[in-house]
Amino acid sequence: MYAMREAIAGVRRAPVLIGLSSGMVGMALFVVGLFSLATYNLQIALAAIEERVEVVVYLRDDARQSEIDHLLGELADYPEVSRVNYVSKRDALERAQRELPEFGQLFVDAEVNPLPQSLEVELRPGNRTPDVVERIARGARNYPFVEDALYGEEWVDRLFALRRIGFASTAVLGAAFALVAALIIGTALRIAIFARREEIYIMRLVGARNGFIRRPFILEGAMAGLAGGILAIVLTYTTYRGVYAYLFEVAWIPGGWVGIGLLAGALFGAASSGVAIRRHLREV
Amino acid sequence: MSLIHMADYPTSGEVRVSGFSSARMTGRDLWKVRRRVGMVFQDFRLLPGRSALENVALVLEVTGTPRKAIQPKANRLLDQVGLSGKAGALVEELSGGERQRVAIARALANDPYILLADEPTGNLDDRATRGILDLFWDINATGMSVLMATHDLELIRRYPHARLFELDQGKLVYDSAAADTEAS
Repeated sequence: MYAMREAIAGVRRAPVLIGLSSGMVGMALFVVGLFSLATYNLQIALAAIEERVEVVVYLRDDARQSEIDHLLGELADYPEVSRVNYVSKRDALERAQRELPEFGQLFVDAEVNPLPQSLEVELRPGNRTPDVVERIARGARNYPFVEDALYGEEWVDRLFALRRIGFASTAVLGAAFALVAALIIGTALRIAIFARREEIYIMRLVGARNGFIRRPFILEGAMAGLAGGILAIVLTYTTYRGVYAYLFEVAWIPGGWVGIGLLAGALFGAASSGVAIRRHLREV
Repeated sequence: MSLIHMADYPTSGEVRVSGFSSARMTGRDLWKVRRRVGMVFQDFRLLPGRSALENVALVLEVTGTPRKAIQPKANRLLDQVGLSGKAGALVEELSGGERQRVAIARALANDPYILLADEPTGNLDDRATRGILDLFWDINATGMSVLMATHDLELIRRYPHARLFELDQGKLVYDSAAADTEAS
Protein backbone atom coordinates (compact mmCIF):
# COMPACT_ATOMS: atom_id res chain seq x y z
CA MET A 1 0.00 0.00 0.00
CA TYR A 2 2.79 2.41 1.02
CA ALA A 3 4.77 1.27 -2.03
CA MET A 4 1.88 2.06 -4.40
CA ARG A 5 1.21 5.43 -2.75
CA GLU A 6 4.89 6.32 -2.92
CA ALA A 7 5.20 5.15 -6.54
CA ILE A 8 2.29 7.37 -7.60
CA ALA A 9 3.67 10.25 -5.52
CA GLY A 10 7.08 9.67 -7.12
CA VAL A 11 5.57 10.09 -10.58
CA ARG A 12 3.78 13.26 -9.42
CA ARG A 13 6.94 14.68 -7.87
CA ALA A 14 9.15 14.11 -10.90
CA PRO A 15 6.79 14.08 -13.90
CA VAL A 16 9.44 15.26 -16.37
CA LEU A 17 11.95 12.60 -15.33
CA ILE A 18 9.38 9.80 -15.37
CA GLY A 19 7.91 11.18 -18.61
CA LEU A 20 11.33 11.12 -20.27
CA SER A 21 11.97 7.58 -19.04
CA SER A 22 8.57 6.45 -20.32
CA GLY A 23 9.26 8.22 -23.62
CA MET A 24 12.59 6.41 -24.03
CA VAL A 25 10.98 3.10 -23.11
CA GLY A 26 8.16 3.90 -25.55
CA MET A 27 10.56 4.65 -28.42
CA ALA A 28 12.55 1.47 -27.74
CA LEU A 29 9.37 -0.63 -27.69
CA PHE A 30 8.05 1.24 -30.76
CA VAL A 31 10.94 -0.22 -32.79
CA VAL A 32 10.02 -3.66 -31.46
CA GLY A 33 6.36 -2.92 -32.33
CA LEU A 34 7.25 -2.00 -35.93
CA PHE A 35 9.34 -5.13 -36.21
CA SER A 36 6.43 -7.21 -34.87
CA LEU A 37 4.09 -5.58 -37.40
CA ALA A 38 6.46 -6.41 -40.27
CA THR A 39 7.08 -9.95 -39.01
CA TYR A 40 3.40 -10.67 -38.55
CA ASN A 41 2.54 -9.48 -42.05
CA LEU A 42 5.42 -11.45 -43.52
CA GLN A 43 4.06 -14.52 -41.76
CA ILE A 44 0.60 -13.89 -43.20
CA ALA A 45 2.02 -13.42 -46.71
CA LEU A 46 4.06 -16.63 -46.49
CA ALA A 47 1.07 -18.53 -45.08
CA ALA A 48 -1.09 -17.28 -47.96
CA ILE A 49 1.49 -18.49 -50.48
CA GLU A 50 1.93 -21.75 -48.61
CA GLU A 51 -1.80 -22.37 -48.69
CA ARG A 52 -1.55 -22.67 -52.45
CA VAL A 53 0.90 -25.56 -52.22
CA GLU A 54 -0.89 -28.66 -53.54
CA VAL A 55 -0.17 -31.76 -55.60
CA VAL A 56 -1.97 -32.13 -58.93
CA VAL A 57 -2.15 -35.69 -60.22
CA TYR A 58 -2.82 -35.71 -63.98
CA LEU A 59 -4.67 -38.81 -65.18
CA ARG A 60 -4.55 -40.50 -68.54
CA ASP A 61 -7.70 -40.17 -70.67
CA ASP A 62 -8.20 -43.92 -70.60
CA ALA A 63 -8.21 -44.21 -66.79
CA ARG A 64 -11.26 -46.06 -65.58
CA GLN A 65 -13.61 -44.50 -63.05
CA SER A 66 -12.98 -47.36 -60.57
CA GLU A 67 -9.22 -46.75 -60.81
CA ILE A 68 -9.68 -43.03 -60.27
CA ASP A 69 -11.93 -43.65 -57.26
CA HIS A 70 -9.37 -46.08 -55.83
CA LEU A 71 -6.52 -43.55 -56.19
CA LEU A 72 -8.72 -40.79 -54.77
CA GLY A 73 -9.34 -42.95 -51.72
CA GLU A 74 -5.64 -43.79 -51.38
CA LEU A 75 -4.64 -40.12 -51.54
CA ALA A 76 -7.36 -39.08 -49.09
CA ASP A 77 -6.01 -41.65 -46.63
CA TYR A 78 -2.71 -39.77 -46.21
CA PRO A 79 -2.87 -38.11 -42.77
CA GLU A 80 -1.33 -34.95 -44.26
CA VAL A 81 -4.08 -34.64 -46.88
CA SER A 82 -7.14 -32.55 -46.08
CA ARG A 83 -9.10 -32.97 -49.31
CA VAL A 84 -8.85 -34.48 -52.79
CA ASN A 85 -10.87 -32.92 -55.63
CA TYR A 86 -11.55 -34.67 -58.88
CA VAL A 87 -11.39 -32.31 -61.88
CA SER A 88 -12.85 -33.81 -65.04
CA LYS A 89 -11.65 -32.86 -68.55
CA ARG A 90 -14.78 -30.76 -68.96
CA ASP A 91 -14.25 -28.96 -65.62
CA ALA A 92 -10.62 -28.33 -66.58
CA LEU A 93 -11.68 -26.79 -69.90
CA GLU A 94 -14.31 -24.59 -68.28
CA ARG A 95 -11.82 -23.41 -65.69
CA ALA A 96 -9.21 -22.66 -68.37
CA GLN A 97 -11.74 -20.64 -70.39
CA ARG A 98 -12.68 -18.73 -67.28
CA GLU A 99 -9.19 -18.11 -65.94
CA LEU A 100 -7.41 -17.63 -69.27
CA PRO A 101 -9.86 -15.54 -71.34
CA GLU A 102 -7.12 -14.53 -73.80
CA PHE A 103 -7.02 -18.15 -75.00
CA GLY A 104 -10.82 -18.48 -74.92
CA GLN A 105 -11.25 -18.77 -78.70
CA LEU A 106 -8.48 -21.34 -78.92
CA PHE A 107 -10.35 -23.62 -76.54
CA VAL A 108 -13.61 -23.14 -78.49
CA ASP A 109 -11.95 -23.90 -81.83
CA ALA A 110 -10.24 -27.05 -80.57
CA GLU A 111 -12.06 -30.15 -81.80
CA VAL A 112 -10.74 -32.26 -78.98
CA ASN A 113 -10.43 -31.13 -75.35
CA PRO A 114 -6.63 -31.11 -74.85
CA LEU A 115 -6.77 -30.79 -71.08
CA PRO A 116 -6.35 -33.89 -68.90
CA GLN A 117 -8.55 -34.95 -66.02
CA SER A 118 -6.83 -34.61 -62.65
CA LEU A 119 -6.96 -35.02 -58.88
CA GLU A 120 -6.09 -31.95 -56.84
CA VAL A 121 -4.61 -32.91 -53.48
CA GLU A 122 -4.99 -30.26 -50.81
CA LEU A 123 -2.81 -30.52 -47.70
CA ARG A 124 -3.45 -29.76 -44.07
CA PRO A 125 -1.74 -26.64 -42.61
CA GLY A 126 1.75 -27.46 -41.39
CA ASN A 127 2.11 -30.33 -43.90
CA ARG A 128 2.77 -28.32 -47.01
CA THR A 129 6.46 -29.11 -46.92
CA PRO A 130 8.70 -30.23 -49.80
CA ASP A 131 9.09 -33.70 -48.20
CA VAL A 132 5.36 -34.34 -47.93
CA VAL A 133 4.40 -33.08 -51.39
CA GLU A 134 7.23 -35.04 -52.97
CA ARG A 135 6.23 -38.26 -51.17
CA ILE A 136 2.60 -37.91 -52.23
CA ALA A 137 3.56 -37.10 -55.84
CA ARG A 138 5.97 -40.07 -55.98
CA GLY A 139 3.28 -42.39 -54.62
CA ALA A 140 0.76 -41.21 -57.24
CA ARG A 141 3.25 -41.63 -60.11
CA ASN A 142 3.44 -45.38 -59.40
CA TYR A 143 -0.05 -45.88 -60.80
CA PRO A 144 0.03 -46.77 -64.52
CA PHE A 145 -2.99 -44.58 -65.35
CA VAL A 146 -1.28 -41.51 -63.89
CA GLU A 147 0.31 -39.30 -66.53
CA ASP A 148 2.26 -37.20 -64.01
CA ALA A 149 2.05 -35.70 -60.54
CA LEU A 150 3.27 -32.11 -60.18
CA TYR A 151 3.62 -29.72 -57.27
CA GLY A 152 5.89 -26.99 -58.57
CA GLU A 153 9.02 -28.52 -57.10
CA GLU A 154 11.32 -25.51 -57.57
CA TRP A 155 8.68 -23.12 -56.35
CA VAL A 156 8.00 -25.12 -53.18
CA ASP A 157 11.73 -25.46 -52.48
CA ARG A 158 12.21 -21.72 -52.89
CA LEU A 159 9.21 -20.95 -50.75
CA PHE A 160 10.58 -23.06 -47.94
CA ALA A 161 14.07 -21.63 -48.31
CA LEU A 162 12.47 -18.17 -48.05
CA ARG A 163 10.58 -19.34 -44.97
CA ARG A 164 13.75 -20.59 -43.33
CA ILE A 165 15.55 -17.32 -44.09
CA GLY A 166 12.52 -15.39 -42.81
CA PHE A 167 12.45 -17.41 -39.61
CA ALA A 168 16.19 -17.09 -38.97
CA SER A 169 16.29 -13.35 -39.69
CA THR A 170 13.17 -12.79 -37.56
CA ALA A 171 14.76 -14.64 -34.65
CA VAL A 172 18.12 -12.87 -34.94
CA LEU A 173 16.72 -9.39 -35.62
CA GLY A 174 13.98 -9.86 -33.02
CA ALA A 175 16.55 -10.84 -30.39
CA ALA A 176 18.76 -7.89 -31.38
CA PHE A 177 15.86 -5.41 -31.21
CA ALA A 178 14.70 -6.83 -27.88
CA LEU A 179 18.24 -6.57 -26.51
CA VAL A 180 18.63 -2.96 -27.68
CA ALA A 181 15.21 -2.11 -26.21
CA ALA A 182 16.21 -3.78 -22.93
CA LEU A 183 19.44 -1.78 -22.79
CA ILE A 184 17.64 1.50 -23.51
CA ILE A 185 14.94 0.77 -20.93
CA GLY A 186 17.59 -0.21 -18.39
CA THR A 187 19.60 2.96 -19.03
CA ALA A 188 16.55 5.24 -18.95
CA LEU A 189 15.42 3.89 -15.60
CA ARG A 190 18.94 3.84 -14.21
CA ILE A 191 19.21 7.56 -14.99
CA ALA A 192 15.86 8.17 -13.29
CA ILE A 193 17.00 6.32 -10.18
CA PHE A 194 20.44 7.96 -10.21
CA ALA A 195 18.72 11.34 -10.08
CA ARG A 196 17.02 10.22 -6.90
CA ARG A 197 19.97 8.55 -5.17
CA GLU A 198 19.84 11.15 -2.38
CA GLU A 199 16.33 9.98 -1.59
CA ILE A 200 17.55 6.38 -1.39
CA TYR A 201 20.39 7.51 0.87
CA ILE A 202 18.00 9.34 3.21
CA MET A 203 15.67 6.36 3.36
CA ARG A 204 18.61 4.18 4.38
CA LEU A 205 19.65 6.79 6.89
CA VAL A 206 16.35 6.76 8.74
CA GLY A 207 16.33 2.98 9.04
CA ALA A 208 14.30 1.81 6.04
CA ARG A 209 14.78 -1.82 5.13
CA ASN A 210 16.04 -2.52 1.63
CA GLY A 211 12.73 -4.04 0.51
CA PHE A 212 10.84 -1.00 1.78
CA ILE A 213 13.04 1.32 -0.29
CA ARG A 214 13.05 -0.93 -3.31
CA ARG A 215 9.32 -1.56 -3.70
CA PRO A 216 8.14 1.96 -4.69
CA PHE A 217 11.01 2.28 -7.20
CA ILE A 218 10.21 -1.10 -8.73
CA LEU A 219 6.53 -0.15 -8.99
CA GLU A 220 7.52 3.18 -10.49
CA GLY A 221 9.69 1.34 -13.02
CA ALA A 222 6.77 -0.94 -13.87
CA MET A 223 4.51 2.11 -14.32
CA ALA A 224 7.09 3.83 -16.55
CA GLY A 225 7.48 0.60 -18.55
CA LEU A 226 3.72 0.22 -18.89
CA ALA A 227 3.33 3.85 -19.96
CA GLY A 228 6.16 3.31 -22.47
CA GLY A 229 4.39 0.18 -23.72
CA ILE A 230 1.14 2.09 -24.22
CA LEU A 231 3.03 4.86 -26.05
CA ALA A 232 4.71 2.26 -28.27
CA ILE A 233 1.35 0.69 -29.12
CA VAL A 234 -0.17 4.08 -29.96
CA LEU A 235 2.82 4.90 -32.21
CA THR A 236 2.77 1.45 -33.86
CA TYR A 237 -0.99 1.67 -34.43
CA THR A 238 -0.64 5.17 -35.92
CA THR A 239 2.06 3.87 -38.28
CA TYR A 240 -0.13 0.89 -39.18
CA ARG A 241 -3.08 3.20 -40.01
CA GLY A 242 -0.79 5.40 -42.10
CA VAL A 243 0.65 2.46 -44.05
CA TYR A 244 -2.83 0.97 -44.50
CA ALA A 245 -4.31 4.25 -45.74
CA TYR A 246 -1.50 5.49 -48.01
CA LEU A 247 0.78 2.58 -48.96
CA PHE A 248 -0.64 -0.94 -48.92
CA GLU A 249 -2.95 -3.25 -47.06
CA VAL A 250 -1.44 -4.64 -43.88
CA ALA A 251 -2.86 -6.58 -40.95
CA TRP A 252 -2.75 -5.36 -37.33
CA ILE A 253 -0.81 -7.55 -34.93
CA PRO A 254 -2.87 -9.98 -32.78
CA GLY A 255 -4.17 -8.79 -29.40
CA GLY A 256 -2.01 -11.38 -27.63
CA TRP A 257 1.14 -9.78 -29.03
CA VAL A 258 -0.04 -6.36 -27.83
CA GLY A 259 -0.66 -7.82 -24.36
CA ILE A 260 2.77 -9.46 -24.31
CA GLY A 261 4.32 -6.12 -25.37
CA LEU A 262 2.62 -4.26 -22.51
CA LEU A 263 3.52 -6.94 -20.01
CA ALA A 264 7.11 -7.02 -21.25
CA GLY A 265 7.33 -3.22 -20.89
CA ALA A 266 6.07 -3.35 -17.31
CA LEU A 267 8.26 -6.32 -16.35
CA PHE A 268 11.33 -4.83 -17.97
CA GLY A 269 10.69 -1.53 -16.25
CA ALA A 270 10.34 -3.24 -12.90
CA ALA A 271 13.39 -5.45 -13.42
CA SER A 272 15.59 -2.56 -14.64
CA SER A 273 14.61 -0.44 -11.66
CA GLY A 274 15.21 -3.38 -9.35
CA VAL A 275 18.75 -3.85 -10.71
CA ALA A 276 19.54 -0.12 -10.62
CA ILE A 277 18.26 0.35 -7.08
CA ARG A 278 20.20 -2.67 -5.89
CA ARG A 279 23.42 -1.02 -6.96
CA HIS A 280 22.55 2.17 -5.05
CA LEU A 281 21.54 0.23 -1.96
CA ARG A 282 24.96 -1.35 -1.92
CA GLU A 283 26.64 2.03 -2.28
CA VAL A 284 24.92 3.98 0.53
CA MET B 1 29.71 9.94 14.02
CA SER B 2 29.82 7.89 10.83
CA LEU B 3 31.28 4.98 12.78
CA ILE B 4 28.50 5.05 15.38
CA HIS B 5 25.92 5.35 12.62
CA MET B 6 27.75 2.60 10.75
CA ALA B 7 27.97 4.62 7.57
CA ASP B 8 31.70 3.88 7.85
CA TYR B 9 33.51 0.96 9.40
CA PRO B 10 36.73 1.10 11.45
CA THR B 11 39.92 -0.01 9.69
CA SER B 12 40.88 -1.74 12.94
CA GLY B 13 39.01 -2.52 16.13
CA GLU B 14 35.26 -2.71 16.51
CA VAL B 15 32.36 -0.32 17.12
CA ARG B 16 29.50 -1.60 19.25
CA VAL B 17 26.12 0.16 19.18
CA SER B 18 23.17 -1.15 21.14
CA GLY B 19 24.33 -4.74 20.89
CA PHE B 20 25.35 -4.54 17.23
CA SER B 21 28.98 -4.94 16.25
CA SER B 22 30.54 -3.23 13.24
CA ALA B 23 32.56 -6.42 12.69
CA ARG B 24 29.44 -8.44 11.99
CA MET B 25 27.23 -5.77 10.44
CA THR B 26 25.91 -6.37 6.91
CA GLY B 27 24.14 -3.92 4.61
CA ARG B 28 20.96 -5.90 5.06
CA ASP B 29 20.91 -5.41 8.83
CA LEU B 30 21.94 -1.77 8.86
CA TRP B 31 18.37 -0.62 9.47
CA LYS B 32 18.41 -2.21 12.92
CA VAL B 33 21.16 0.16 14.10
CA ARG B 34 19.77 3.17 12.27
CA ARG B 35 16.46 2.83 14.09
CA ARG B 36 18.20 3.00 17.46
CA VAL B 37 20.35 6.00 16.63
CA GLY B 38 18.94 9.38 15.56
CA MET B 39 21.18 11.34 13.22
CA VAL B 40 21.28 15.04 12.32
CA PHE B 41 23.59 16.40 9.60
CA GLN B 42 25.07 19.77 8.74
CA ASP B 43 23.27 19.76 5.37
CA PHE B 44 19.96 18.54 6.89
CA ARG B 45 19.48 15.68 4.39
CA LEU B 46 15.74 16.26 4.03
CA LEU B 47 13.70 14.98 1.12
CA PRO B 48 13.12 17.89 -1.26
CA GLY B 49 9.65 18.48 -2.65
CA ARG B 50 8.05 17.19 0.54
CA SER B 51 6.60 19.02 3.47
CA ALA B 52 8.08 19.13 6.97
CA LEU B 53 5.35 16.75 8.11
CA GLU B 54 6.05 14.30 5.27
CA ASN B 55 9.75 14.26 6.08
CA VAL B 56 9.05 13.34 9.68
CA ALA B 57 6.25 10.93 8.74
CA LEU B 58 8.63 9.06 6.44
CA VAL B 59 10.52 7.63 9.40
CA LEU B 60 7.31 6.50 11.02
CA GLU B 61 6.15 4.86 7.79
CA VAL B 62 9.53 3.17 7.44
CA THR B 63 9.27 1.66 10.90
CA GLY B 64 5.77 0.36 10.33
CA THR B 65 3.91 2.76 12.63
CA PRO B 66 0.13 2.30 12.17
CA ARG B 67 -1.11 4.79 9.58
CA LYS B 68 -3.57 6.45 11.92
CA ALA B 69 -0.82 7.17 14.44
CA ILE B 70 1.66 8.64 11.96
CA GLN B 71 0.24 12.13 11.49
CA PRO B 72 -0.47 12.85 15.18
CA LYS B 73 3.02 11.68 16.16
CA ALA B 74 4.70 13.65 13.36
CA ASN B 75 2.77 16.75 14.41
CA ARG B 76 3.76 16.18 18.04
CA LEU B 77 7.44 15.94 17.06
CA LEU B 78 7.24 19.12 14.99
CA ASP B 79 5.59 20.78 17.97
CA GLN B 80 8.45 19.59 20.18
CA VAL B 81 11.02 21.25 17.92
CA GLY B 82 8.96 24.45 17.71
CA LEU B 83 7.60 24.04 14.20
CA SER B 84 3.92 23.41 14.87
CA GLY B 85 2.92 26.12 12.40
CA LYS B 86 5.15 24.85 9.59
CA ALA B 87 3.98 21.26 9.21
CA GLY B 88 2.60 21.78 5.71
CA ALA B 89 5.50 23.91 4.44
CA LEU B 90 7.75 22.40 1.79
CA VAL B 91 11.41 21.94 2.75
CA GLU B 92 12.36 24.57 0.16
CA GLU B 93 10.14 27.12 1.91
CA LEU B 94 11.89 26.75 5.27
CA SER B 95 14.89 28.67 6.62
CA GLY B 96 18.13 26.85 7.52
CA GLY B 97 17.27 26.78 11.22
CA GLU B 98 13.79 25.47 10.48
CA ARG B 99 15.17 22.77 8.21
CA GLN B 100 17.52 21.64 10.95
CA ARG B 101 14.61 21.49 13.37
CA VAL B 102 12.70 19.26 10.92
CA ALA B 103 15.80 17.06 10.70
CA ILE B 104 15.89 16.86 14.52
CA ALA B 105 12.20 15.98 14.66
CA ARG B 106 12.84 13.27 12.09
CA ALA B 107 15.80 11.95 14.08
CA LEU B 108 13.60 11.73 17.19
CA ALA B 109 10.76 9.92 15.45
CA ASN B 110 12.18 6.46 16.16
CA ASP B 111 12.58 7.20 19.89
CA PRO B 112 16.31 6.53 19.58
CA TYR B 113 18.67 5.82 22.48
CA ILE B 114 21.00 8.57 21.36
CA LEU B 115 20.86 11.58 19.07
CA LEU B 116 23.96 12.18 16.95
CA ALA B 117 24.48 15.63 15.49
CA ASP B 118 27.31 16.07 13.00
CA GLU B 119 28.14 19.80 12.74
CA PRO B 120 24.43 20.62 13.00
CA THR B 121 24.99 24.37 13.18
CA GLY B 122 27.62 24.60 10.44
CA ASN B 123 25.18 26.17 7.98
CA LEU B 124 23.24 28.30 10.45
CA ASP B 125 23.46 31.90 11.62
CA ASP B 126 24.11 32.71 15.27
CA ARG B 127 20.47 33.03 16.26
CA ALA B 128 19.45 29.77 14.64
CA THR B 129 22.51 28.08 16.19
CA ARG B 130 21.46 29.14 19.66
CA GLY B 131 17.93 27.89 19.01
CA ILE B 132 19.21 24.46 17.91
CA LEU B 133 21.56 24.16 20.90
CA ASP B 134 18.73 25.07 23.28
CA LEU B 135 16.61 22.43 21.63
CA PHE B 136 19.36 19.85 22.20
CA TRP B 137 19.42 20.78 25.89
CA ASP B 138 15.64 20.31 26.06
CA ILE B 139 15.94 16.91 24.40
CA ASN B 140 18.76 15.97 26.76
CA ALA B 141 16.57 16.99 29.67
CA THR B 142 14.06 14.29 28.64
CA GLY B 143 16.75 11.65 29.30
CA MET B 144 18.15 11.18 25.84
CA SER B 145 21.89 11.40 25.20
CA VAL B 146 22.90 13.93 22.58
CA LEU B 147 26.32 13.68 20.98
CA MET B 148 27.27 16.67 18.87
CA ALA B 149 30.41 17.16 16.78
CA THR B 150 31.62 20.67 16.07
CA HIS B 151 34.71 22.67 15.14
CA ASP B 152 33.24 25.83 16.65
CA LEU B 153 35.24 26.47 19.84
CA GLU B 154 33.26 29.63 20.59
CA LEU B 155 30.09 27.57 20.66
CA ILE B 156 31.66 25.05 23.06
CA ARG B 157 32.67 27.80 25.46
CA ARG B 158 29.05 28.91 25.66
CA TYR B 159 28.08 25.58 27.23
CA PRO B 160 30.67 24.92 29.94
CA HIS B 161 28.51 22.31 31.69
CA ALA B 162 28.42 20.00 28.66
CA ARG B 163 30.75 17.00 28.63
CA LEU B 164 33.45 17.64 26.11
CA PHE B 165 35.56 15.18 24.14
CA GLU B 166 38.40 16.33 21.97
CA LEU B 167 39.60 14.20 19.09
CA ASP B 168 42.86 14.67 17.27
CA GLN B 169 43.62 12.54 14.20
CA GLY B 170 40.94 10.09 15.34
CA LYS B 171 42.36 9.79 18.86
CA LEU B 172 40.66 10.95 22.06
CA VAL B 173 42.95 13.57 23.56
CA TYR B 174 40.62 15.19 26.07
CA ASP B 175 37.54 14.22 28.12
CA SER B 176 36.15 16.99 30.35
CA ALA B 177 34.57 14.48 32.76
CA ALA B 178 37.88 12.71 33.28
CA ALA B 179 39.63 16.06 33.71
CA ASP B 180 37.07 17.15 36.35
CA THR B 181 37.58 13.86 38.26
CA GLU B 182 41.34 14.34 38.20
CA ALA B 183 41.03 17.96 39.35
CA SER B 184 38.83 17.02 42.28
